[in-house]
Amino acid sequence: MFKFYMPVNVASHIISFLAALVLLTAFGMLVQKRIYGLIRLFTWQGLFLSLNTAFVGYVANKHHLYISALLTLSLKVILLPYILHILIQRLKIRKEVETIVNVPMTMLIGIALVILSYHLTAPIRELSNLTTRSTLAVALATVMLGLLMMITRKHAVTEIMGFLAMENGLFFAATSATYGMPLVVEFGVAFDLLMAAFIFGIFFFQINTAFDSLSVEQMARLKEDD
Amino acid sequence: MNPYPLIVEMLQIATLIVLAPAFVGWVRTLKCWAQGRTSAGLFQPYRDLDKLFSKDILLPENASWIFRFTPYLVFGTMVLAGGIIPILSIDLPLAPTADVIVIVALFAIGRFFTALAGMDIGTAFGGMGSSREMMIASLAEPAMLMAIFTVSLANKSTSLSQIVHVIYSGQSVLRPSLSFALLAFILIALAETGRIPVDNPSTHLELTMIHEAMILEYSGRHLALIEWAGMMKLFLFVMMGMALFAPWGIAPRGDIAAIPYALVITALKLGVMGIVIVSIETGLAKMRLFRLTEFLGAAFLLATLGMLSYFILD
Repeated sequence: MFKFYMPVNVASHIISFLAALVLLTAFGMLVQKRIYGLIRLFTWQGLFLSLNTAFVGYVANKHHLYISALLTLSLKVILLPYILHILIQRLKIRKEVETIVNVPMTMLIGIALVILSYHLTAPIRELSNLTTRSTLAVALATVMLGLLMMITRKHAVTEIMGFLAMENGLFFAATSATYGMPLVVEFGVAFDLLMAAFIFGIFFFQINTAFDSLSVEQMARLKEDD
Repeated sequence: MNPYPLIVEMLQIATLIVLAPAFVGWVRTLKCWAQGRTSAGLFQPYRDLDKLFSKDILLPENASWIFRFTPYLVFGTMVLAGGIIPILSIDLPLAPTADVIVIVALFAIGRFFTALAGMDIGTAFGGMGSSREMMIASLAEPAMLMAIFTVSLANKSTSLSQIVHVIYSGQSVLRPSLSFALLAFILIALAETGRIPVDNPSTHLELTMIHEAMILEYSGRHLALIEWAGMMKLFLFVMMGMALFAPWGIAPRGDIAAIPYALVITALKLGVMGIVIVSIETGLAKMRLFRLTEFLGAAFLLATLGMLSYFILD
């Protein structure tokens, strides 16, 4: 088998570096206003996640992680951004994305969430002896930032981006806490995600034709008493 | 007493005062090349300073002592900061007297008095420039301190000489916290030295001015001192960034023979940083004033992330 020699401590430095980059892209998505910029950041996040998985696989000597890294690469770096691009072109979305809370405030809330997730994962750090245990806080923070993004955005497409970012965080958490899920589960999740993307796409078209807008505020009109 | 540190100190301050206009000249020359213009040459800032020094001072009617005192104070704080930041060597007698927090405060004193002088003469543009400058300062300073604290945490000291010493003795690796701090520092340095996404140093349009608006009424020797201090500030920020993140080339403790080598490396670093600054400045347009909160907010975010990832990941 092809074997390249890299000292394990260098690889673990690269892992924490990639973890930091994942966190940075999560923050970038939180503050990015343009929808194409969001997709680009999501693509970068997927790339960093995939590289990170591959390096964890190398450090832990777990070969199934290489496969899941390839899976992440093909799904989150190539396929999902492509689907989102097509969706946005078909839906003719041009405007800047509206946020409910202003950007500096969102950043501060995000920082508070990072501190919270560091605090929450501190006991697990003590228990675990994996080399990737410190990135668990970053993974949890990525999940929470994705959730925050879903809360602070009005637009349906950006809410889905937040959802996908959350999924990235969960995948990252699985990699750093337990060296990844069993491969069957990962395939299942990947397939679900792909299906979800298709279904979201169909929903978007339906919402768009029904309301002439993708703003979730419009959906309050679904109530009978309005 | 060993005279060596004293000589180094003198040499370093002389380097700062002499090289700072040349660095600005280099940046302007590169910018001219990048925009397809003919440049006025590396030494034009010296000629400008010479011209200003030989001119008479025109004082506004209602200028108080603050207006006359500010140029000397600004120049003095920059020279003092140049005695503390390791440019050529870390063997500086002044270095133990002040750490990096004091340096930030020194820059703040200079800025405070420039803002006062801008308001002192009572013109509309001066007051506007002062208020804008203080808005930027209030956002940039916390971010700057946060970035510096991250580096201090990683190197267990807030003294710049000590930080350089620690970086020399330890093995330096790819640290996420330091790279975040570096990114934050670059953004803040652009804001603090009034470079393009924040302020345009060569603007002639009063309404968009920030730093220039405060010093509109200065002339002659006063203006020369303030301009020179501005050049030194840019030089010092580059050198401070180098000392914090890439100190290689600065002479280690008690090594006299390394000083000429340090001079050459410093010149090389300045040359490279000139290219970096120019590529940032030609690639970006000046930001709207009210987008600056986002720009400096991003710097604060990066610095805070650096500090957090020091605890989480390192």
